[in-house]
Amino acid sequence: MTNQSPILAVADLSVDLGGRSILRDVSFDLYPGQLCALIGENGAGKTTLLRTLLGLITQRAGTVRIGAAPAREHRELVGYVPQKINFDPDLPLRTRDLVRLGLDGQRLGLPFFDGRTRYAVDQALQAVGAEDFADQRVGELSGGQQQRAVIAHALVRKPRLLILDEPLANLDFGSANALVDLLGRLIVQQQMTVLVTAHDMNPLIPVMDRLVYLVDGRAATGTVAEVVQAEVLSKLYGYPVSVLHHGGRILVLPDAPENADVANMNRCAGHGA
Amino acid sequence: MFSSFMINTWIAGTAIALVAALVGYFVVIRHSAFAAHALPLGAFPGAAAANLLGVNPFVGLLVFVGMGVLLLRQLARIGRRDVGTGLLLVLFLGVGALFLSMTSEYAPEVFSLLFGEMLGVSDADLWPILGICALVSVVMITIFRPLLLDSSFPDLAALQGISAARMDLIFLSLLALVTASALPVVGAFLVFTLLVGPPAAAQSLSVHPLRSLLLAVIFAESCIWSAIALSYWTNWPIGFFVGMLGAGLFTLARSYRHWSQRERPVVQVSGL
Repeated sequence: MTNQSPILAVADLSVDLGGRSILRDVSFDLYPGQLCALIGENGAGKTTLLRTLLGLITQRAGTVRIGAAPAREHRELVGYVPQKINFDPDLPLRTRDLVRLGLDGQRLGLPFFDGRTRYAVDQALQAVGAEDFADQRVGELSGGQQQRAVIAHALVRKPRLLILDEPLANLDFGSANALVDLLGRLIVQQQMTVLVTAHDMNPLIPVMDRLVYLVDGRAATGTVAEVVQAEVLSKLYGYPVSVLHHGGRILVLPDAPENADVANMNRCAGHGA
Repeated sequence: MFSSFMINTWIAGTAIALVAALVGYFVVIRHSAFAAHALPLGAFPGAAAANLLGVNPFVGLLVFVGMGVLLLRQLARIGRRDVGTGLLLVLFLGVGALFLSMTSEYAPEVFSLLFGEMLGVSDADLWPILGICALVSVVMITIFRPLLLDSSFPDLAALQGISAARMDLIFLSLLALVTASALPVVGAFLVFTLLVGPPAAAQSLSVHPLRSLLLAVIFAESCIWSAIALSYWTNWPIGFFVGMLGAGLFTLARSYRHWSQRERPVVQVSGL
């Protein structure tokens, strides 16, 4: 895998926002066909990292390269699925039309469908399993279906890197499992590289190759086995934590309460299964 | 009804309904009905000021509606656009009242701009109206796709290099131009109905972006043609009929959508 060049190369990235340091010396590489989970609590810097990758924020130091070029110049290689997806129920837009706007929404003129457009849109709808609601009003779909529609919107331009911001946050268990399966299919069948942010790594464990674990703007990166170790995470958190394995699930907990103060304990609790 | 003095009204009405439907399509999608209500009222201080200074009311109108666009853009930046829009609306009326109080003359132009006048379209008025309508139609069709994406999901549009600020400015400018062209026939208070009624009805009935756009145009034309005809026969003001037909169309279409949505789950259950 490493004999290919990386799709995404982040090196020593530091980002400040409003004079505050948000990310410090974050480095990781992603290769074609890999799924990387970006794990961290609220405020750990996940969204800032994504926005920097998308070229929407300028870093203080370090580099972000997509393909072989700086992030800003290669936006068309990146597909993005935002966290908040909530279409107006009256919007005169079918799933198919939303996907189509992902292909050429920035071009001028009326959105007529020609043969090539229809083919590309059908492919993207098929890739996410959205054929059944392709002709329905996008605002009347369920949350999980709207998310699929936006994923198809991101896929239709055939990006090499797909970034999803907290895609599991508002899904029930069934929809979350279906989404994880879908992401697994994309990396295998289309050699897509996928970067997913999440609070909890557990649902993603079956499909993820790499992990970027963010705590207060600092990151530990590598495979799950490399990163999710008591030693590595204790160093990242700055106080001792334990890693518990149970039935294929992983739980990160602060060590015995008498050693860790209560505030730290509460912060860590969010990472449980 | 189609005698020579009515011809200009028919032509202008047809052109106005077309652009009102095109721009109104996005007024509805962008939830900008309040702005579409407030902006045309710039006609009141505009026409009153023009009357006071003895210039063409059309010029005064364009100046005030243009200032309204800039104010709304500024308000979008500082937040609470709904409150700002409401304040702008009253500001327009207040300034208009002030200008009107400074002249003792009876000002029929001012009143016809507010409430419309079926025979108010002279040959000299017709060409600017048609010119503005042609310009608005061309721009609208050109930017349809980026504006549709920006109006549906601004975050996704931004990733494709579509600037939300630029889209907002273009949209408000088109809205101002439609307002200006529509005033001589339907008036400032009543152009609002043409902007929101037919497009909202069309979008309730069709989910297809282009079909609902076409349907909005058909509805708007039906509204204005019926209103002109009814006004001609009854001698009642045209604005009354535009208001009634627009509201009626909207109510019917929404009721139909509500009714058809209620039926849907039942159909799904029986299909299992």
